[in-house]
Amino acid sequence: MKIFIPTPLRPYAGGKDAVELQAPTIAAALDELTQSNPELRKHLFTEQGKVRSFVNLYFNDEDVRYLPQKEETEVSANDTLTIIPSIAGGL
Amino acid sequence: MSVLLLSRGLYDELRAHGEETYPHECCGALLGTPGSGGWHVTKVVRAGNTRTDSAHNRYSISPLELVRIERDARQHGLEIAGFYHSHPDHPAQWSKTDFEEAHWLGCVYVITTVAKGKADVTNCFLLSGASEEEKQFQNISIEVRD
Repeated sequence: MKIFIPTPLRPYAGGKDAVELQAPTIAAALDELTQSNPELRKHLFTEQGKVRSFVNLYFNDEDVRYLPQKEETEVSANDTLTIIPSIAGGL
Repeated sequence: MSVLLLSRGLYDELRAHGEETYPHECCGALLGTPGSGGWHVTKVVRAGNTRTDSAHNRYSISPLELVRIERDARQHGLEIAGFYHSHPDHPAQWSKTDFEEAHWLGCVYVITTVAKGKADVTNCFLLSGASEEEKQFQNISIEVRD
């Protein structure tokens, strides 16, 4: 599958905007991504290993939080995972 | 990075967006390329404000819309350089909420005051720092090219 890296995290992924890897599930793909790019881990996960609240993960066009199997969803070669930090604010 | 560079047309476009949505906040993304002196923005993409419950003082962009904006940027060889939003009848300074909700390190946050429906001051803040715990907003200049 292909994982798309957002602008702020590219310095921690060798400057790449996408990483292609093989993994059975979303969780395994994230694990592999952060093993090969250790600096990414603290930006994506809390110390307890949960995905940070402001980090959105989109499996193709679906929010991973709302998938029945969440991070344990099986993936295939043509799937994409987009990491996208949230954007909000106000007065 | 100390400057945000964009054309007069794009600058006017993001300011006009705030006038159109007044008294609500507008929001959108800035696409461009990084340079040695800062971001060069070449496209402004309007986004919907999902905070319809409190649109006069809050904004939020749907993550799915962001995914699509990011995909479009990539296809055009651009990156998300940052975001813009308006402060209706309030200073063009980042707020506590803006800071707490800012997570795009290395990107710019452009804020325009819209006073009684007219775009007034526009400021640009770079979210600097190496991590969420070290982040800070740094005021940078906007260079508008005619």
